[in-house]
Amino acid sequence: MKIRLDNVVKTFETFRAVHGVSLEIESGELVALLGPSGSGKTTILRMVAGLEYADAGHIYFGEEDATDIPVRDRGVGFVFQHYALFPHMTVAENIAFGMKVSKTRRDKATIDARVADLLRLVQLDGLAERFPGQISGGQRQRVALARALAVDPKVLLLDEPFGALDANVRRDLRRWLREIHQELGITTLFVTHDQEEALDLADRVVILDKGQIVQQGTPEEVCRNPASAFVMNFLGDTNRISAAVSDGVARLGEAEIPAPGFADGPVEIFLRPSDLGWSSSGAGIPATVARVIDRPAGRRILAMTATGDAVELDVAPETRVNAREQGVITIERARVYAAG
Amino acid sequence: MSAPVKGRPPRVGDAPAFRRALIGVVLTLVAIVIIAPLVIIGYQAFSQGLKVYAEAIAHPDTLHAIGLTVITALIAVPINTAFGVAAAWAITKFDFWGRRFLLVVIEIPFSISPIVAGVAYLFVYGLQGLFGPALESADIKILFALPGIVLASMFVTAPFVARELIPLMQAQGRDLEEAATSLGASGWRTFFFVTLPNIRWALLYGVVLCNARVMGEFGAVSVVSGNIRGQTNTLPLHIELLYHDYQTSGAFAAASILALLAVVTLVAKVLLERHGAGRARRRPALAAPVAAAKTASAEVSS
Repeated sequence: MKIRLDNVVKTFETFRAVHGVSLEIESGELVALLGPSGSGKTTILRMVAGLEYADAGHIYFGEEDATDIPVRDRGVGFVFQHYALFPHMTVAENIAFGMKVSKTRRDKATIDARVADLLRLVQLDGLAERFPGQISGGQRQRVALARALAVDPKVLLLDEPFGALDANVRRDLRRWLREIHQELGITTLFVTHDQEEALDLADRVVILDKGQIVQQGTPEEVCRNPASAFVMNFLGDTNRISAAVSDGVARLGEAEIPAPGFADGPVEIFLRPSDLGWSSSGAGIPATVARVIDRPAGRRILAMTATGDAVELDVAPETRVNAREQGVITIERARVYAAG
Repeated sequence: MSAPVKGRPPRVGDAPAFRRALIGVVLTLVAIVIIAPLVIIGYQAFSQGLKVYAEAIAHPDTLHAIGLTVITALIAVPINTAFGVAAAWAITKFDFWGRRFLLVVIEIPFSISPIVAGVAYLFVYGLQGLFGPALESADIKILFALPGIVLASMFVTAPFVARELIPLMQAQGRDLEEAATSLGASGWRTFFFVTLPNIRWALLYGVVLCNARVMGEFGAVSVVSGNIRGQTNTLPLHIELLYHDYQTSGAFAAASILALLAVVTLVAKVLLERHGAGRARRRPALAAPVAAAKTASAEVSS
């Protein structure tokens, strides 16, 4: 089902959580709402679910205006950040709950068969009679998903689905959720503050800041072409250096960075560590190595430029470099944004 | 806490003399203040034999007092239970203006002397009181009758259930109810199938304490009941009356019933605390994340 938000606003007492957000999610799409805490992403998700009402604006499910449909009748599957499994019910009872309370009557055999199907789908076949307290975090997450899917929701909503899990479990579940989504084709919206998670999982990423959408697009679009300094900064490690533009070119040491369309004056240059290199001489920014950090994929150099900016750069594992060594930072790619 | 190892200086407050002195003081006080009176009640009640004890209990006025106390509890406890659940639900699951104020007001009966409550009821329902004349003309008797006794008992015990539930429901948050509703459950279904099972031990704990207090309440009830023997005397009032009549064994026999109630309450309390109600609740809450972390790491290694 296609979902459309039209100029949605939400204010909590005096705090404006969401300012006029408009967003379209195509049927069957997997979309991530990505933003730092306090950016309004969870509030948007809860408004789509009907757990919060919008102060202004409309939310459409397909052609239907769902703005005032209560959560109970909205037909969404919601997976809570901490799963909210019913602790006094077994895994099977948790999954069956939605079918038991639904207005459409189902007989016991139908419910049992559906529970068994769902348990197979989330790969928890043997755990039907366990209680939520007796299974692991990753398993709880999968039960929560099965429970949400049991009522055949039009839309699946997940609030920080992997936030409470440790890194390895998180990665496995992410891939697995992607597979489930491919299999079921259900329109899915999830909230995360983890850019890696959003880029890894979503068809489209919607980046939020202070209650507004700052950019949306495929992972490729937002990574290759961040619309603002905020997006650039939020999507990954970056170095920010102030510079001045003259005649459409910004200069950092010996390096020249084209800045077409920028008037002469101060700008900010953003450099990803992986877009920089280290060389003993050449056209670049003169710098001194402060420290070298070794990582499985390569070495990270913490360098101090001659003008006093701290810069981090990633180099190949074979690079021979030591602290206090002098050289230049070479620039492969850079992005220029207006200062401010 | 183990005794300090020989040759090492004791930790803070761990010196043998200090330990012995502290434990000694506490044990002595418990013996004098709590144990001795209870033993005396049992001893005095049966001091003239079982027959006298049975006769004292079987006296019509005593039986009537027991009956009245039970009826009062049967009315006041369910009403206060419903009130407590409603108040806890409202305070923890809704945001509304005056929520904090309500939280404070509910606790007032704890900090106010029951006799003040009794006197206040006199001024509200008494002949010269606020509703007195209206009630008089409608021929409704509240004071010096069962309704007054029930009202006074309810005032005193109003916070018991709510106070047990509020911290628990606050800790549980609103996620479970939101999950149930998003799955299509109605409000009643959510309450009976999701909320209630998760608060049942704390609720029962509150009910047990509330009941003990209703049955034992003296101050507020003594003002509004009028102390009419065989008519408006609850068990605690009856005990006082017997005592003033120098019917010592009768008084102690009646008191032994209340003491028995206290023992039953205590046993129920301990059993309920094992299920995580009351003060013991904090321990499983602390243990849970550790267990969760363990299972999570188990999954990683598998």
